Amino acid sequence: MKALRTFICRLAALTRSRQHDREIDDEIASHFEEATDEYVARGLSREDARLAAARDFGGITQVKQIHREVRSFTWPDNVRQDLKYSFRRLIKDPAFTLIAVATLALGIGVTTAIFSVVNAVLLKSLPYPEPDRLVVLYSQTASWQKMSSSYANFLDWARENRSFSNLAAFRPDDMNLIGLGQPERVPVEMVSASFFRLLGVQPIHGRAFLPADDQLGAAPVALISESFWKRKFGSSPAAVGQTLTLSGTSYVILGVIPATFQNYAGNFHRRDVYLPIGAWNAPGFRNRQQSMGMDVIGRLKPSVSLEQASAEMQSVAQSLAEQYPVVNKGFGITLVPLKSAVVGSASPLLLLLVPAVLFVLLIAGVNVANLLLARSSRRATEVAIRAALGASRTRIVRQFLTESVLLAMAGGGLGVLAAFWGTEAALTELPNVLLPRAEEIRVDQRVLLFTTIASVAVGVLFGLVPAFKASRLDLHTRLIERGPRAGGAHHRTQGVFVVLEIALACVLLVGAGLMIRSLVSVLRIDPGFNTDRLLVARVSFPVSATTPDHVMAVWREMSQAFKTVPGLQEASLSLDSVPMTGNFSTLPFWLEGDARPSTAAEMKWAISYIVDANYLKVTRIPLRRGRFLTPEDNEHASPVIVIDDRFARQHFADQNPIGRRINFDVLNMTAEVVGVVGHVKQSGLDESETSDRAQCYLSMFQLPAHVMPLAARDIGMVFRTADAPLAQVDPVRRALERINGQLVMYGERAMDGIISDRLATRRFSMIVLGIFAALSLLMACVGIYGVIWHWVGERTHEIAIRVALGAERRDIVHMVLRDGAKLIVAGVIIGLAAALGLARLMSSMLFGISTHDPLSVAAVTSVLTFVAFAACYVPARRATRINPMVALRSD
Amino acid sequence: MAPDRSDVLYGRLGLMVLKTLQALGPLHGYRIARRIEQISGNQLALNQGTLYPALLKLEQMGWINSNWGTSESGRRVKIYSLTRPGRKQLEKEEAQWQRATGIVDRFFKISENAS
Repeated sequence: MKALRTFICRLAALTRSRQHDREIDDEIASHFEEATDEYVARGLSREDARLAAARDFGGITQVKQIHREVRSFTWPDNVRQDLKYSFRRLIKDPAFTLIAVATLALGIGVTTAIFSVVNAVLLKSLPYPEPDRLVVLYSQTASWQKMSSSYANFLDWARENRSFSNLAAFRPDDMNLIGLGQPERVPVEMVSASFFRLLGVQPIHGRAFLPADDQLGAAPVALISESFWKRKFGSSPAAVGQTLTLSGTSYVILGVIPATFQNYAGNFHRRDVYLPIGAWNAPGFRNRQQSMGMDVIGRLKPSVSLEQASAEMQSVAQSLAEQYPVVNKGFGITLVPLKSAVVGSASPLLLLLVPAVLFVLLIAGVNVANLLLARSSRRATEVAIRAALGASRTRIVRQFLTESVLLAMAGGGLGVLAAFWGTEAALTELPNVLLPRAEEIRVDQRVLLFTTIASVAVGVLFGLVPAFKASRLDLHTRLIERGPRAGGAHHRTQGVFVVLEIALACVLLVGAGLMIRSLVSVLRIDPGFNTDRLLVARVSFPVSATTPDHVMAVWREMSQAFKTVPGLQEASLSLDSVPMTGNFSTLPFWLEGDARPSTAAEMKWAISYIVDANYLKVTRIPLRRGRFLTPEDNEHASPVIVIDDRFARQHFADQNPIGRRINFDVLNMTAEVVGVVGHVKQSGLDESETSDRAQCYLSMFQLPAHVMPLAARDIGMVFRTADAPLAQVDPVRRALERINGQLVMYGERAMDGIISDRLATRRFSMIVLGIFAALSLLMACVGIYGVIWHWVGERTHEIAIRVALGAERRDIVHMVLRDGAKLIVAGVIIGLAAALGLARLMSSMLFGISTHDPLSVAAVTSVLTFVAFAACYVPARRATRINPMVALRSD
Repeated sequence: MAPDRSDVLYGRLGLMVLKTLQALGPLHGYRIARRIEQISGNQLALNQGTLYPALLKLEQMGWINSNWGTSESGRRVKIYSLTRPGRKQLEKEEAQWQRATGIVDRFFKISENAS
């Protein structure tokens, strides 16, 4: 209690320090006068009385000082003094200050930038109420962990589960908007009525979907996004109740979804329109076997854990498998927390960048610690004088720490600015497929707090060793000798620091080397087709009132029309799958002669390309055997199929596949194999061999009539252009418009650009690691250069004697380089050992090389050694220029 | 955290201050210093200045109060007076002191008899 009371008194006294000083002055003055009076009364002269009073009182200054210490805390004063002093010292040594601040700004800047990414992507919770209870539900088979689910199964899950307070289904789509200005393609999300309730979103106008809207045959209704509302309706409240014509259907606008709603389903990309999924009447959508890209999200009840819910859903899946053995046998349900589902893809990248950036920060810190060490040996005399004047060791250490923290804060401040602009610039350059939640990356309060703490920590951590070294001085030798040599005790510490820097730089260089080698080997992969001047795009047209004959007529018209576009060398259509674009579908099949599998899970699967006869000519996929599809493989001929060599190997082994027949249940079709073509990398150059599946080609004109209108809603086009692919976009669009004004082209990309985007993560991590490695190499070189320079300076005397005794220039250079070599070799050995251990962390990002890739290791070792020796050579040259006469006489 | 007794009483200086204020009522700093010197028969070579930090400490403990007033000679001085907790503290300290010196006294007497 008493302690607290004292503390409060002291705290209160902080604020009125001036007044308290005045009071004690007054009190002492009156004390003196009273005492003087008394001595005068006893018969002394006024003068003697004053002296006597002063003698009785003792030292006024000490009393006042003790009084101050009792009255309040002294540290604010000390800190103020330390700051003032540090500031003066730093200003006086601008070169040192500049280098130290720049180094720290670099280290803290990159760390801040990476932290702001980690913060936005991994640390911040998702922007929904109680986001930890949100879970994504996937269908699962033995070979596929996370698959989309069918609507019929979703309805059963929702009915039968007890673990979730709500389940919602959603499915992205794009639709053609006609009637509000230019026709355009708008991103749509079909959602169940529970979707917005589950995510805690309220429309800012109108109302959300009700279960009654989410039924087959319900009146068509839609919700629109706030930005779409602003763009198309000028934010007028009258928009609610108006109609919207999308792909041939008119929807009544029910309400507006606020812009603050971030749609995870589209990876946080905006959707313009939301439609009730239950009202969707597409054929096949209610087929339990077909998922059509629909996913399910759920909100766990408060008392239910993820494990409990998983167990329950497993039994739900079990009972559905018993109910519908043909389609549901072997199907389970995987539960994934929403957050991992959203950011999981970014984890390997961030797991790589976080340690890398910490290495850079560490090197920067060590470099500054070394600078401080070298400086403290120059400042030894100053420290000795302060100590002689009564400064305690703690006080001196505190003074040095104040200085290093001040440096780190300055560096941190600059670093935040750099990170602020740097991340902004870097993010605009990045394709947005790279990072989920990239839009949320910014320097916010949490990032600022992190940077502040990091700066102080760096200042203290890396200031500590120099501070202790500096304060541990033998006063006597220091003040008597007054030469620079007395500070030589720092040598070993400096050496250790340099070895550490080189080792860290080595690790980063090996990392960067491995990434570069991986990218090179990825780029060497043959995609299986010719990507040069290849343009891909998609086209959609309303099919509400069309027949299969009409659809085929339009396709033939399109093919004819493309022949008239002069910039196109070849053109073809591909209904769904197009390599590298992410669009692909798979078909279940079984070989004729085998028993028909009784369940979907036992079927064989292949990626299906449903194309016209021109496709092979456009893509230049090599024909291995037989023939490709021809225009004669049309609706009147019997169905044929072309398979890739992987298909042939997997399912026919050494036998000749030509003439064999393959059954497709979902298409009600049996097709005869007429040819074998090369395998194509469907999902990117670096797709793994195991995830790569067999492929087959069917003629689009031989599709069964009942699936044709649906398949035609949205098809792919592949063109080989004469020169720049994107220059042909407008001619193609005009050609399509001439056929039918309702054909909407979208998603035009050059194939080279798509492939390059697919490698964005790889390239990005290579570039970032490369930059980090270059920075660390630079800093390590500055470090070793500074230390060797410093050593040469301190050994001037010794070198001078050697020269005087007849040492040659070469001997001197060798002597200095030997010192450097010890550090370099130690650093490289430690660094390589660490790198080989740490490379395992990045094995998932490597491609085509081992984590111990000898070429990377050899290259790194030679570059690092060479550059480090070059950094040592400059001070070595300085040593040879020492004039023994001058050096020896000056001592 | 218990306050350090020896620190608070400043080598018993604090105790003497409290006792002085109890005996003579409110006093200003110089009077307190003189009184302590007189009682000790000028054997306690006190630097009068050290009294002021001690007074401040006692005040922080809440055992004394201070107010600006006028001395007998009409000067503006800070006048210290004992508070109720101060009085209690003094009684406690006094009893303890008596007990402690009593023990030491007896100890010395025994030692004398033994020698």
